[in-house]
Amino acid sequence: MYRYDEFDAAFVKDRVSQFRDQVQRRLTGELNEEQFRIHRLMNGVYLQLHAYMLRVAVPYGTLSSKQVRKLAHIARRYDKGFGHFTTRQNIQFNWPALKDVPDILDELASVEMHAIQTSGNCIRNVTADHFAGAAADEIDDPRPYAEILRQWSSIHPEFTFLPRKFKIAVTGAAHDRAAIQVHDIGLQIVRNDKGQKGFAVYVGGGLGRTPMVGRKIRYFLPVEDLHAYCEAVVRVYNLEGRRDNKYKARIKILVHEKGTEPLRVAVEEEFAARNDGRLRLPQTEVDRIHAYFAPPAVEPRAATSDAVEERKSRDAKFAAFVDTNVAKHRVPGFGIVTISLKPIGGIPGDATAEQMEAVAALAEKYGHDEIRVSHEQNLVLPYVALDDLPAVYDALAAQGLATANAGQVSDIIACPGLDYCSLATARSIPVAQRISERFGEGERANKIGDLKIKISGCINACGHHHVGNIGILGLERKGVETYQITLGGTADETCAIGDITGPGFSYEAVVDAVETVVDTYLGLRKDAGEDFLTTYRRVGMAPFKAALYEKNTGADI
Amino acid sequence: MSGRSRSAQHGTDMPQVVSANRLSDGIVVFRAPGGKWIERLDEAATFADKAALDAAVADAQRDVAANVVVDIFPFEVTIAGANLTAVTLRDRIRTRGPTVHLDHGKQALPG
Repeated sequence: MYRYDEFDAAFVKDRVSQFRDQVQRRLTGELNEEQFRIHRLMNGVYLQLHAYMLRVAVPYGTLSSKQVRKLAHIARRYDKGFGHFTTRQNIQFNWPALKDVPDILDELASVEMHAIQTSGNCIRNVTADHFAGAAADEIDDPRPYAEILRQWSSIHPEFTFLPRKFKIAVTGAAHDRAAIQVHDIGLQIVRNDKGQKGFAVYVGGGLGRTPMVGRKIRYFLPVEDLHAYCEAVVRVYNLEGRRDNKYKARIKILVHEKGTEPLRVAVEEEFAARNDGRLRLPQTEVDRIHAYFAPPAVEPRAATSDAVEERKSRDAKFAAFVDTNVAKHRVPGFGIVTISLKPIGGIPGDATAEQMEAVAALAEKYGHDEIRVSHEQNLVLPYVALDDLPAVYDALAAQGLATANAGQVSDIIACPGLDYCSLATARSIPVAQRISERFGEGERANKIGDLKIKISGCINACGHHHVGNIGILGLERKGVETYQITLGGTADETCAIGDITGPGFSYEAVVDAVETVVDTYLGLRKDAGEDFLTTYRRVGMAPFKAALYEKNTGADI
Repeated sequence: MSGRSRSAQHGTDMPQVVSANRLSDGIVVFRAPGGKWIERLDEAATFADKAALDAAVADAQRDVAANVVVDIFPFEVTIAGANLTAVTLRDRIRTRGPTVHLDHGKQALPG
């Protein structure tokens, strides 16, 4: 893991002192709310529906046990005993008092964490594949590059007041688990025909009220040009992006209005004009940062574990957990364990202080002290020996954390929605809970297979509904919640925005509608191996639309 | 007045309550008769006409200036005996707490 150097430690400490002073001046009235607002947002403090909310950055979704213990401590001491993991690999606390926030930030700084740039019109937390460093299909670990970008973008004087927020994601594998094509800049580590490492660069992806898939403007960017090229992209955006209308201020609108090719040319010209070597990334620095992310020294073991096979033979729940929640590791004899924060009927992404402490203990004992947060609002133990899976499973089950549903119908992304968010127009969480209860864990969910449902409680799309295989958007119509359904979205390497089925459904009817979509899929798929997205791409919207809107008029699919 | 206020713009004849967030901890508070800020909606002052509401909001703004509260926010309620209920779902959730955590927010206040 990356460790703060003296500069980092001093920088974060200074920021806490600065914000402590700003909070004090706000509480005494020296600053009014208008003057203070920008400062609190730049430090991750929002005023939400019930109280303040503090968003803490988890750079590229990587945490140590010590850090997770600290998050548990903060949840218990300053909040209501839980935290909420978000769709950008961060954690939010829903009830902190403003007067306590400087102390919370001091606590975070003591474990090399902060809330800087988790809000505001700046470059936000750089996210990465949550299986980074462990995935069997990876070219290189994306986190060193995410860290290099984090250092470059932290209080970058030119990019602190962009037209709008700016999000960057990095993946090191061809299979995109980091949703890079719905980010302002998406970076995919690739090799060119000479075998050199570099990046494919996507620009202008995003969700919100105008969803767009990113455009690939560079097929191969040498590693040494990472800073200079990203700077060129953000500079063109900063100069040309719209500031007259916040809904048209993201780079995706600039790409759309200017056109991909003119935008690409503008970026390349900017890159060429200023690429004087000042921002060239020295290989020594890349190597230095890489060293922080060196994988734990583990010896390959037998590809299968007798302990696992024996337990599977007599414990169906354990067998389901291994099948569903343990992904292939690059090292034989190891697995990547997804800890689902989606218990059946639970709140997606929530973890109690006790659960966080249990995960920290497991990471320490069995997981080389490393925990990941996924943008799908789950936790991950990236280095678990298969032989240890029975013990890990038992410990997770004791905390209600062993739900065998990773990637399944009940592994739902949901934003906080109207239950917490002052921007929301409808509830998200209870819809997720009801869908989860409807399909449950086990035979029916296994039969359905991989299916990504994503729910947003307003058009801002924090729940990524546009890229859900089944997406649900909660809106308000004449004072009543209504839910629009989209089908066929995906955030992986075949990224697509879902298609709207038609008129929305009431809060009461939306779960039935989702069930109708799922049942229609089950009736249409070629075989059990054809997942929802493949079936949808083969048959199109028509049969789903017929099932949803015409089933009472004799439609027969 | 806060840009977040939506319910007060409906222009109905519903009685209204003046609310805000307490500066120090962000908790939603309501204006009681006499101008004190309280956490229980049922004890809030209600304003049946626009002139009275405007006067209460103007008065409440002094507490914004005094750094007691932020985000003055009037919203509509129905009155049934001693109980006040926010009209919109958003305001009901705001005055009670998250519907997914009945042990949090005002709905969890004792008594």
